[in-house]
Amino acid sequence: MTAPAAPGSVQLLLPGGWFTACPVGALEPGRGVAVLLPEDAQAALFLDSAGAVHAIGNIDPFTGAAVLSHGLLGSAAGRPYVASPLLKQRFDLATGRCLDDEAASVPAYPARVVG
Amino acid sequence: MDGMDNPTPGAARPAPQPAPAPTIVLVGHGMVGQRFLEALADRGVAGRARVVVLCEEPRPAYDRVHLTSYFSAGARPDDLALVPEGFMARYGIELHLGDPAVAVDRAARTVTARSGLVVRYDTLVLATGSYPFVPPVPGRDAEGCFVYRTIEDLLAIEAYAAGARTGTVVGGGLLGLEAAGALKGLGLRTHVVEFAPRLMPVQVDEGGGKALRRTVEALGVQVHTGVGTQEITAGPDGKVAAMALSDGSELPTDLVVFSAGVRPRDELARACGLPVGERGGIVVDAACRTADPAVYAIGECALAADGRVYGLVAPGYEMAEAAAAGIAGAEASFTGADLSTKLKLLGVDVASFGDAHGAAEGCLDVLYSDPRAGIYRKLVVAPDGTLLGGVLVGDVESYGVLRPLTGTVPPVAPEHLVLPAGAGAPVAFGPAALPDAAVICSCHNVAKGAIRAAVAEQGCTTAAEVGRCTRAGTGCGSCAKVLGQLVDTELAAAGIAVDKGLCRCFAQTRAELYETVLALRITSYRELLDRHGRPEARGGEGCEVCKPTVASILASLAPTIGLSGHVLDAGQAALQDTNDHFLANMQKNGSYSVVPRIPGGEITPEKLIVIGEVARDFGLYTKITGGQRIDLFGARVEQLPRIWARLVAAGFESGHAYGKALRTVKSCVGSAWCRYGVQDSVRMAIDLELRYRGLRSPHKLKSAVSGCARECAEAQSKDFGVIATAAGWNLYVGGNGGATPRHADLLAKDLSDAELVRLIDRFLMFYIRTAERLERTSVWLERIGLDHVRDVVVHDSLGICAELEQLMADHVAGYRDEWADTLDDPERLRRFVSFVNAPDTPDPTVRFVPERGQIKPLLPLTVIS
Ligand code: SRM
Ligand SMILES: Cc1cc2nc3c(=O)[nH]c(=O)nc-3n(C[C@H](O)[C@H](O)[C@H](O)COP(=O)(O)OP(=O)(O)OC[C@H]3O[C@@H](n4cnc5c(N)ncnc54)[C@H](O)[C@@H]3O)c2cc1C
Ligand code: SF4
Ligand code: FES
Repeated sequence: MTAPAAPGSVQLLLPGGWFTACPVGALEPGRGVAVLLPEDAQAALFLDSAGAVHAIGNIDPFTGAAVLSHGLLGSAAGRPYVASPLLKQRFDLATGRCLDDEAASVPAYPARVVG
Repeated sequence: MDGMDNPTPGAARPAPQPAPAPTIVLVGHGMVGQRFLEALADRGVAGRARVVVLCEEPRPAYDRVHLTSYFSAGARPDDLALVPEGFMARYGIELHLGDPAVAVDRAARTVTARSGLVVRYDTLVLATGSYPFVPPVPGRDAEGCFVYRTIEDLLAIEAYAAGARTGTVVGGGLLGLEAAGALKGLGLRTHVVEFAPRLMPVQVDEGGGKALRRTVEALGVQVHTGVGTQEITAGPDGKVAAMALSDGSELPTDLVVFSAGVRPRDELARACGLPVGERGGIVVDAACRTADPAVYAIGECALAADGRVYGLVAPGYEMAEAAAAGIAGAEASFTGADLSTKLKLLGVDVASFGDAHGAAEGCLDVLYSDPRAGIYRKLVVAPDGTLLGGVLVGDVESYGVLRPLTGTVPPVAPEHLVLPAGAGAPVAFGPAALPDAAVICSCHNVAKGAIRAAVAEQGCTTAAEVGRCTRAGTGCGSCAKVLGQLVDTELAAAGIAVDKGLCRCFAQTRAELYETVLALRITSYRELLDRHGRPEARGGEGCEVCKPTVASILASLAPTIGLSGHVLDAGQAALQDTNDHFLANMQKNGSYSVVPRIPGGEITPEKLIVIGEVARDFGLYTKITGGQRIDLFGARVEQLPRIWARLVAAGFESGHAYGKALRTVKSCVGSAWCRYGVQDSVRMAIDLELRYRGLRSPHKLKSAVSGCARECAEAQSKDFGVIATAAGWNLYVGGNGGATPRHADLLAKDLSDAELVRLIDRFLMFYIRTAERLERTSVWLERIGLDHVRDVVVHDSLGICAELEQLMADHVAGYRDEWADTLDDPERLRRFVSFVNAPDTPDPTVRFVPERGQIKPLLPLTVIS
């Protein structure tokens, strides 16, 4: 799963190393996609309107459904977040912290576009 | 790679405690018990102590106060839940459902539960509530006799009522009348038998009782006052058949609900030797401690320091706070509370507050009564002008302002205050005039001062935000109106211009943005945000409020401003709400539903067969909707294009169930078949649905056409509804079902087909232009007034009707089916994949289990609870 990545690939940092998800061209600015990770885990990968990529866990901790990748992006105080499509809680894309409930968070994965 | 995908947020579970933590045992998880747990959590105690809850009922705490909404507003048991999501897990609270405490050993400090579980406690809190009192009448155990206290009681009554025709409530107090409302709602002929000479004897006086009786009887409930129940007789099958009354009469009835008061559940306390009152109730001091300092009692089971047992939730909440404070080592006390009540029975407005009976020395009654209208209002005033209390029947508009004024000398003479709204009260008297100490929300004991502080200091700008900060308005809801008014006046007074802006990105309202887009022909969100957004939001990402709103405005105006009408095209796709983005509605497990348009509800057998085949081939759950069409549930995102390819090939189009757009135009069968029909309602419904399909609007739009005045299509509950007359069509507007039902208003009569369509064109475009985000036509119409709407769309008072008609003509000419266009375009189709790196691999978390021969979602384990 960790073959050398072609230029323009988006990669997520997992404990086992950089994981190649897709070409950056597969992403739509302002929206997300789901990425299948090893062992049936999944991440939500986003391209913000400034062109930066962000990845967090795809499972919405409030409902247990794997839907964060389908949420809408926004920014608060300059930091991008995604609003869950189900009950609308917002998650910071850099840290995975829920902005509406301190006790909730999802994993955050460093993400990059390979040069 | 172990553990890397573990989605459990570390912060959700407290670290294990090294030293043995003190144990707090709560017996009873009712309304007050739950409030106590929240108070412990607020004070940080729940994280430090082991908290064990023994709950007798099979479900966690729920909103008993709104029990009747199960019948009146269709609430399901889950809707009444009181425990915030994830609450127990977050604080590590151990909740034992269906396992009541059966014994307390105070010497050993242990509680034994029915299951045999024994828990040692450092602190024990009894919150066991009350049980309904059933008078010792012979026959009270017959099958068909019920009480009204728990969700299980309601379920049992509901099940039994299915085979019953008549129901009788014993007791005409607050709860008895609620129970009567519930029986009525179940379709039973309903009687209320009250021993006292009037209804609600505790809350209202004689005059109020009379007015109340008239209103209750007008609802179809038969009232018998001044009579007692002597015996309940059962038929040969052992089921209730009749009730013998003390005046010698007999009342045939199939079902009996006892609502003759409640008694504190103090049996555990008695058994372990704690003092209880003469008439029941566990004796506690002002700190809610019993005679044993390790044991507290709170809520309806406690006999408070002022010698009373309180049967209302607000005093119970205060006791919960006091006990939690005491356990946390702080000080708080409960010495007594207000007994104001507002009846929630559908269709009857009754409220009483303070000294409603005028028991105080030398007090005077100020009365207003209009027997014809069923209005009775009485204020009790002390000789010095202090408002002491009151009774309001039939018109309780001013309850929210009057209650907090209790104990003060109101700034307006009582003769003026007693007049009902609209009876020529000379002064408009609002919450602004209340003193800071006035308690606005009595459920949570929140004074006006605290609400002002929430606005001024904590930056709350809406009633909902104030509710989150202070809890005001989150109990029985009777203060919601005053709370809203207060927040607005406070915002204005604090010089914080009431920000009517759409969101943190735009200072404009939706209507203003619409005008900007139309006037400047703006075609992109980026341009709108960067040029017209709030300075701090420019260049940013926007937010989930304004993006879909702007997307909707762009879609409504697309043909006019020269934009592709397709919601998934460049620049527009990223703005759409999740549902619009996938042209389907997301369900609770992340799967989607599919709703093909069935104009007017008319469908050929062939098309029905196609829907059946598609549902079968993709394994979808199939349901007839309330909108005369068929919903197919459980599609995974990557299946949507294949499903729609089949449907489009068979001639179906998108039904826009996912959009804030026209939904359905329901029809009745009309003159083609019905012996009463005077016009062809099906044809008109189809014409209207095809004309307005795809029209994006501030909120969803629904319509219906009935073929005669019998109104089988329920047109008067629709945003625009049409009813046939011998001469043509009557057009009704601003109707709403849903959460706040509203009957539509007649806009114009006896219209020809062409006149009807023209008026609807204007009406809809005027609404789309001027309504706020998520404002249904009903709310919009209330806000701007029917007369104004009629002036504009019928009499063209603003001279914009030609423009409105042109906008609609553009829409009709530009309409294309969203799904057909999506299937034709690989670029639009790209998003319909499960995973970007495994497009056809089904999402392993979307799973189903069988139910009644179909499927239902299997919910993945929720992490936050
Ligand atoms: C499927 C259906 C229930 C059913 O099985 O019958 C339904 C299902 C939903 N309704 Fe409804 N409503 C359905 C008929 C109704 C009706 C009855 C009618 O249309 O005649 C009403 C009351 C009439 C009215 O709207 O005035 C109704 C009042 C609501 C409301 C409350 C609206 C209000 O103004 O108070 C909401 C919430 C909202 O829109 O904000 C809602 C929202 C919803 C949502 C979209 C909730 C959600 O966000 O998930 C449901 C999702 C549907 C889906 O995923 O496909 N639904 N809903 C009905 C679809 C009708 C159709 O064919 O399009
Ligand atoms: C239909 C209805 C309408 C109402 N309307 C209003 C209203 O408009 N305004 C208002 O203020 N109040 C209203 N009330 C009253 C309000 O519901 C109560 O005041 C409130 O619920 C009291 O809370 P509590 O926690 O003391 O008791 P409860 O909510 O009754 O909770 C006590 C819980 O303890 C459990 N329990 C008892 N013994 C044991 C044991 N040994 N072990 C474990 N668990 C045990 C019981 O099963 C119960 O679940 C209404 C009540 C009803 C039934
Ligand atoms: S509304 Fe009138 S025409 Fe339509 S089905 Fe009912 S009775 Fe017949
Ligand atoms: S008075 Fe009950 S919620 Fe405010």
